[in-house]
Amino acid sequence: MSKKDSEYLINRKDNQYEVVIGLEVHAQVLSESKLFSTSATKFGAEPNTQVSLVDAAFPGMLPVINEFCVKQAIKTGIGLNAKINKRSVFDRKNYFYADLPQGYQISQFKDPIVGEGKVILDMPNGQKEVGIERLHLEQDAGKSIHDLDPQNTFVDLNRSGVALMEIVSKPDLRSPDEVNAYIKKLRSIMRYLGTCDGNMQEGSLRADVNVSVRPKGSKEFGTRCEIKNVNSIKFMQMAIEYEANRQVDLIEEGKTIDQETRLFDTKKNETRSMRSKEDAHDYRYFPDPDLLPLEVSEKFIEELKNDIPELPDDKKKRFIEEFKLSSYEANILVSDIDTAKYFEEVVAKMGKNKDIKLAVNWITGELFAILNSKGLEISQSPVSAKNFAILINLIKNGTISGKIAKTVFELMIDGDKDPQKIVEEKGLKQQSDPKALEALIDKIINDNREKAIEYKQGKEKLFGFFVGQAMKASGGKANPQLINEILKKKL
Amino acid sequence: MSDIIKQSLTELVENIKNKKLSSTDVTKAFIDRSEKSVELNAYITNDFTSALEKAKKFDQKPNLDLKLPGIPMAVKDLFCTKDIKTTAGSKILNNFVPTYESTVTENIWNEGAILLGKLNCDEFAMGSSNETSFFGNVQSPIDKNLVPGGSSGGSASAVAGQLTPVTIGTDTGGSIRQPASFTGIVGLKPTYGSCSRYGIVAFASSLDQAGPMAQNVKDCALLHEVISSYDPKDSTSIDFKRNHYSKELTNNIKGKKIGIPKEYRVDGMPKEIEDLWQKGIQYIKDCGAETIDISLPNTSYALPTYYIVAPAEASSNLARYDGVKYGFRAKGENLIDMYEKTRSEGFGAEVQRRIMIGTYVLSSGYYDAYYLKAQKVRKLIKNDFDEAYKKVDAILTPSTPSSAFKIGEKTNDPVSMYLNDIFTVPVNLAGLPGISIPAGHDTKGYPLGLQIIGKAFDEQNILNIAYAMEEKINFKNKITDWWIK
Repeated sequence: MSKKDSEYLINRKDNQYEVVIGLEVHAQVLSESKLFSTSATKFGAEPNTQVSLVDAAFPGMLPVINEFCVKQAIKTGIGLNAKINKRSVFDRKNYFYADLPQGYQISQFKDPIVGEGKVILDMPNGQKEVGIERLHLEQDAGKSIHDLDPQNTFVDLNRSGVALMEIVSKPDLRSPDEVNAYIKKLRSIMRYLGTCDGNMQEGSLRADVNVSVRPKGSKEFGTRCEIKNVNSIKFMQMAIEYEANRQVDLIEEGKTIDQETRLFDTKKNETRSMRSKEDAHDYRYFPDPDLLPLEVSEKFIEELKNDIPELPDDKKKRFIEEFKLSSYEANILVSDIDTAKYFEEVVAKMGKNKDIKLAVNWITGELFAILNSKGLEISQSPVSAKNFAILINLIKNGTISGKIAKTVFELMIDGDKDPQKIVEEKGLKQQSDPKALEALIDKIINDNREKAIEYKQGKEKLFGFFVGQAMKASGGKANPQLINEILKKKL
Repeated sequence: MSDIIKQSLTELVENIKNKKLSSTDVTKAFIDRSEKSVELNAYITNDFTSALEKAKKFDQKPNLDLKLPGIPMAVKDLFCTKDIKTTAGSKILNNFVPTYESTVTENIWNEGAILLGKLNCDEFAMGSSNETSFFGNVQSPIDKNLVPGGSSGGSASAVAGQLTPVTIGTDTGGSIRQPASFTGIVGLKPTYGSCSRYGIVAFASSLDQAGPMAQNVKDCALLHEVISSYDPKDSTSIDFKRNHYSKELTNNIKGKKIGIPKEYRVDGMPKEIEDLWQKGIQYIKDCGAETIDISLPNTSYALPTYYIVAPAEASSNLARYDGVKYGFRAKGENLIDMYEKTRSEGFGAEVQRRIMIGTYVLSSGYYDAYYLKAQKVRKLIKNDFDEAYKKVDAILTPSTPSSAFKIGEKTNDPVSMYLNDIFTVPVNLAGLPGISIPAGHDTKGYPLGLQIIGKAFDEQNILNIAYAMEEKINFKNKITDWWIK
């Protein structure tokens, strides 16, 4: 489907290289308590205040699976059009680190809870399908803080045991732009489902990025490097760009690429080796004997399926059909669940005689501009959907002009005021009384006799002058359409 | 007061309920005996002062409806006890005081029992002689310089030596039954999932079970009834209908079919063990039950399987003892250095050996050949039992291939030490209940035990068989009080 000119290729002399990317996304499960304990998961709490005996791995403490997290993982699997495994197994991934109290992470290795699935990306040149390899549940580790003290490392276990979903894609991505679209799509789906808040600043969504390159047209994969724990889309894109070029350079120099784990240095904008394959940890995975295999019934899955809300792809389809929106407009509205919610509420509140196109233009225009300038999410919009709908209706039914509406909108922001009231209080109602307007126009023509003659002699540009004068005289409130009609008639 | 310590748990409960004895009388008697018995080294930590206070408090307002009203009891130091040091017999937990209580001990205190103290055991329950404890070996009340068995060696010594009326131990490969056999007492390893593992320092999670150790079968049944409970805090705990084991205890086992597995007749087994087994078969018949020769063909693979599965799980379970959060920490140049020094100094040789075995068998490249294969064999061993139980109600075997050995006799020969668990280990691998009852003496006068293995969740049945046999055997433990000056 992709057009030649939009392909992302790395060029060297006569050679062109394709970049192959696979992502392991770590998405924090939206849950009030941890995967195997009842501790809270609030972000930004005082260090070590959300830690149970289980999270700190005290002797004799045992994990007990949090059913809600299991449901969240299955829902996410459904949202990724994936196979839900009725039987999955928790394994221990063993390694030593100060912020890993158990000395192992409970994860799912051989038998994940969710199997193969797919997501659809809307790229400028068409749709692209990205395969999902698997989704599994695992515990997060704590946090080591190295910069509080020159001698000591401090450990905060608040995150220890928090539920993560690791979503592994197939190596289907081919450019930084596709990675951007993929992450945004995953985030969007999970936010629709309420299974992950997708907040990258708070670390709710991070990714390990696998990058390899190969000569264009080659079917075989090159040796890949894994860039660990990248926590913003921008950094992912920068890391891929750097890493792909680094690998191409090595090939061009006749060198080989070592399979290794690398880190992205956000300050220097480069990746550097963390450990080679030879130094790779031997995690000694084995089934956690403290936990029985996780078994879910068909009924359990069906009930969750019934609980799945309309997801972005379906919503988009519906918006196009029901509201006659363009694919582009629909995309903008559905990509974030709160935008979609806002839009649908506006549509509902506009009532019968509604102008959806106008509402879309105003949401993507005026509203987005205000939110942007104030750094707000649409869920924090200073103008409620209800008042926004009233404003659109005021324009639609000719009570105010589009120009006046902008003034009204600015007044609405402060305290979510009712636009109807603003129009009444400020006397901003459009003048649509033909008699009054005729009188007003007669006076203008009278005052500008010479210009009226010039117009009649063919200086048509002067029409605009008369419109301007009329609007000025009415304080901007005159119905522009009526002014046009009357002027044409009278001049 | 000397006769108090000679009473069984059942008698003590009876006497307290009849107000013939007070909790204070009983508690004082066992504290007194314990204080005279320091040479046994059965205790790691005692809580005598507060035990007496609790006893007095109990007597002021006695609740006689409880199953263990005001009964003093010492427990293995593998059970976490709130505000009382819990060491697992290890230097690495030498300073560890839990803020929580294990479910099993909680059940005991809820029925009115009073903690006397924490009993010595092999380090992290790894051992068959109680010689791996950081707190020194335990002496057997049977004879000086004789091991009490392990890992619940302190528990066995304390019950046989009458330092506590009953106790609880843990059994991963025989750690209740083997020391019970060595010291002439009764020890039950319940079905996996019968007793909660919450709050028990873990050795091998898929094998560990807590269980009662007592002077007789009835006491054992009563204590089992108290400790066995479904616990949502342990994901492997099983919610099945539990009996009133002591109330439902009967010596009527007429018509029961008892299997005699030929594979337990191992090479080099002393004649006195074979003789004991034959005697056991006769007792079974005397009780009106029937014995049937059966085969458990994979028995010989049980020990190697166990010594892969148990160390594998242990190597992971013991990773948390790293000097970071609690317990012993050695000074190090950096994190890795601190880990290495902490674990080298904090763990004893046997624990280190098992961590290394476990780490090895789980390593990539060896996992399939060892751990995975062991899991498959484990399944075969379980299948053997399932097959056998189509024909029989229970299985009778010796508890151990020999009587107790001398302290130091096997310390330099780990394999010979491991062989001690040859009859007990298959039961853990299959998750079944097994009980060891004293059944006779060897030529040196040391106790020998017989083991009755039951179907899963069929503790009542093996307790009944043990109860019936106990009556016929009429075993008398020869305790000379050699350690009392």
